[in-house]
Amino acid sequence: MNFDLTNDQKMLQDQVRKFALAELAPVAAEIDKSGDFPWKNLKKMAELGLLGIIVPEEYGGAGFDFVSLAIAVEEISRVCASTGVIVAVNNTLASYPIMTFGNEEQKKKYLPLLASGEKIGAFGITEPNAGSDVAGIESTARLEGDHYILNGCKRFITNGGEAGIFVVFAYTNKDLKHKGISAFIVERDWPGFSLGKHEDLMGIRATANCELIFEDVKVPKENLLGNECDGFKICMNTLDASRIDIGAQAVGIAQGALDETVKYSKERKAFSQPICEFQMVQNMFAEMASKIQAARMLVYYAAFLKDKGIKRVSKEAAMAKYYASDITVEVTRMAVQIHGGYGYTKDYPVERMYRDAKILELYEGTSEVQKLVIARDLTK
Amino acid sequence: MILDEKYNKFRAKVRDFADQEVLARAFEIDSKDEFPWDLVKKMSELGLLALYVPEKYGGAGLDVLTYAIAVEEVGRVCGSTGIFLAAHSSLGVFPVYVAGNEEQKQQYLIPMARGEKIGSFGLTEPNAGSDAAGTQTTAKLDGDHYIVNGAKRFITSGSIADIIVFTATKDPTLGYSGISAFIIEKGTSGFSPGNEEDKLGLRGSITSELIFEDCRIPKRNLLGKEGEGFRVFMETLDGGRISIGALALGIAQGALDVSARFVKDVTMTGKPLHKNQWIQSRIADMATEIEAARLLIYQAAQLKDNEQPYSREAAMAKYYASRIGMQACRTAIDIHGMLGLTKQYPVERFMRDEKLMEIGEGTSEVQKIVIARQVLGK
Repeated sequence: MNFDLTNDQKMLQDQVRKFALAELAPVAAEIDKSGDFPWKNLKKMAELGLLGIIVPEEYGGAGFDFVSLAIAVEEISRVCASTGVIVAVNNTLASYPIMTFGNEEQKKKYLPLLASGEKIGAFGITEPNAGSDVAGIESTARLEGDHYILNGCKRFITNGGEAGIFVVFAYTNKDLKHKGISAFIVERDWPGFSLGKHEDLMGIRATANCELIFEDVKVPKENLLGNECDGFKICMNTLDASRIDIGAQAVGIAQGALDETVKYSKERKAFSQPICEFQMVQNMFAEMASKIQAARMLVYYAAFLKDKGIKRVSKEAAMAKYYASDITVEVTRMAVQIHGGYGYTKDYPVERMYRDAKILELYEGTSEVQKLVIARDLTK
Repeated sequence: MILDEKYNKFRAKVRDFADQEVLARAFEIDSKDEFPWDLVKKMSELGLLALYVPEKYGGAGLDVLTYAIAVEEVGRVCGSTGIFLAAHSSLGVFPVYVAGNEEQKQQYLIPMARGEKIGSFGLTEPNAGSDAAGTQTTAKLDGDHYIVNGAKRFITSGSIADIIVFTATKDPTLGYSGISAFIIEKGTSGFSPGNEEDKLGLRGSITSELIFEDCRIPKRNLLGKEGEGFRVFMETLDGGRISIGALALGIAQGALDVSARFVKDVTMTGKPLHKNQWIQSRIADMATEIEAARLLIYQAAQLKDNEQPYSREAAMAKYYASRIGMQACRTAIDIHGMLGLTKQYPVERFMRDEKLMEIGEGTSEVQKIVIARQVLGK
C-alpha cells in the first residue's frame, strides 16, 4: 500500500496551491458578495490546464487522473469553494460523460471546448419536481426526422447560467420507467433554450446556479450521447465519478477553514495567551484535523479505485462524498466558533466557508442518497 | 412540563403577534439588513420590552419565565427581532434595574422599560471578548466627572441605542477589581458609534463599535459602586444567558415547525415525505432535543424568579439550546433539500442566525467552564 503522491501529483498540488493563494484567494470574498461568475479565475485556470484535468491530451486536456483531479479541486476549494465546484463540474459532470460515453465526433467537437474553457459545461438532470428521485424527471425528447425535440425544465444547475455545453437528460420512452431516459449534448445558443431563475443561494454564490428551459429545442440526432435509453446508466456512472471531486471540494473547504483558524488562534490572545493554547481549542483542532484527514483518505481511495479501472466505485464514492460533506459542515461551524465574534463577520473568510459547506450535503446526491447507495451495496 | 395557564395564554398572545406582524417582515429584515423599527414600536405597545420589571418602573410586572417565552416566540419567526428584544431587556434594562439607584431608575430604567428609549450593553472590546475582565477602556475620575477612553466592539444595537451601560477600568493592570459600570446617553460629547458589522446572520440587528475619546460623563452616571462593575456584568450575563437560550430555542422551534409543514405537504416518488423513516428519525431527534432545551431554559428562569442561584442552570440552558439549535437548523435544510438553501424558505436564514447563539453573551466554551466550575464546586 503506497500512500505517496506521484511526482506529477506533487507538482500539480504545489502549482495549484500557489496559484490558488495568489490568484483565487484575493477575489473569493468579492465574488461571494457579487455572485458574479468568476470568468477571470477560469481563464487563468484554463491556461494551467485545470478545466480539463482528466480530459485526454488528444482532446486538449491535461490527461491526468482522478487522484490529480481530487488534489486540484481540493487546493482550489481551500480558498474558493465556488471556483472549486465550477472546475469539478466542468471536469466530471460535463467532460467525463462525453469522454466515457461519447463517440469520436462528439469527443473531438466538445472536449477541446470544455478543456480550454472556451465553453463551460453543466449537467442537466435535476428538475423542479425531481431531485433525489431521478426517475421522476419530466423532460421529454421525441425523435422527429433528424432531430430530437427536447422539452423540459431543469433547476439548480451549477454553472447553468454561464455554460455553453450541457449534458441533458430526458425521457425518450416513458413506458420503460427510468430505463427510458436518454442523454443529450445540448448547446446554449440553439433556439428554444433559455435561462430561468438564477438562484440566490446561501453559499457557493458565484456558480451561476440557474434554471434551464427547453422549449421545442431541436437537438441533432448526432448529439444523442450513447444509445437511446442509456441515460440513467450514464447519469449514475457520471455521478459516481463526480462524487469523488465533490468529496475533494468538501475536504478543501474544511482544510481551508482549519488553516485560517489555526492562523487566527496563534494571533488572537485571551487571558494573556494565544487561544491555541487553550485545551478546548486544542480539542477542537484535533477533531477537525483528524476528520479532514479521514475524509481525504476516503476521497483518495475512491479516486485511486477509479484510476485503477474498477468498474463500479459507487460505494466508495458515496462514502467519500457523504463523510467529507458531513465533517465539512461540522469543521466550518467550529472554525467560526473559534474565531468568536470576529468569525461571525465578513471581515474573516470563515463565515463564507460555513455558508459554502452546507450544499455539499445536498447536491450531486444528498447524504441520504449516498447512505442508500452504501447500505444497498452492503446488503446486496 | 405543566405550566400555569397564564403562561400558555401569554404565549398565545405573543405567537399571534409574531405570526401576524413579524413573520411577514422577517425575510425583508434579513435581505435588506433592515432594523425593524416598526416591530420595536409594536413590541413596546404590547409591553414586551421589560416583562420582568415591576410596573412602577415601567415594566409589565411579570417574571423571567414570561420573558423567556416572549423571546422564544419572537425568535421563532425572526432572529433579528428576537435578539433586539433579548439585548434590550437583558443587557440594557437589567443592569440599571439591578444596580441603579433610584434617580438612575427614574431617568433611565423607566424610558427603556416603556420602549421610549433603546438600551444596550457595552462590555466586549476588540481585545477582550471571553476575557471580559481584560477591559482596556479606562475611566479616570476628574473632579465631578469621569474621563472615558477606549472602544467597544460587537455591541448589539450599539449605534442606535439611546442608553448604554458600559464597563471601564480605572487601571487595566487591576483586572476585574478595577472595573466599574457606567451609564451613558447617545449624543454625549466624546462618545460616538463606530463601524456597523456586516454579519453572517441576524442582519436586521445592528451590531456596532462604540468609541470613547476623552468622553466626560458625570460621576452620578456610575452604576453601582466603583470596582463593582465586574459583578454587575456577570449578573447581567447570567440573566442574558436565559434569554439567548430562549432565542436559540425559538429559532430551533421555527426550524422544526417549517420542516414539519414541508414534510406533510411534499411528496416524493408518490409518497408523502413524512412517511420516510429517515425523515421521522430527524424530526424525532429535533423535537426531543428542543423539548430538553426548553426544560433547561424554563428551569433556569424559574430559579431566577424564585431568587435562587441559577448561574449553572442558565449556562446549561444557553450551551445546550444553542448546540441543539445548530443541529436543528442544519437538519431543517437537509429536510428541504436544495430548496432549503434558497431564499424561498426561511431555513437558510435560521442556520445563519442560529450560529451567533453559540458565541454571543458568552461562548459555549465559556458556558462549559461556568458549568464545570459550578458542578465541581470550584
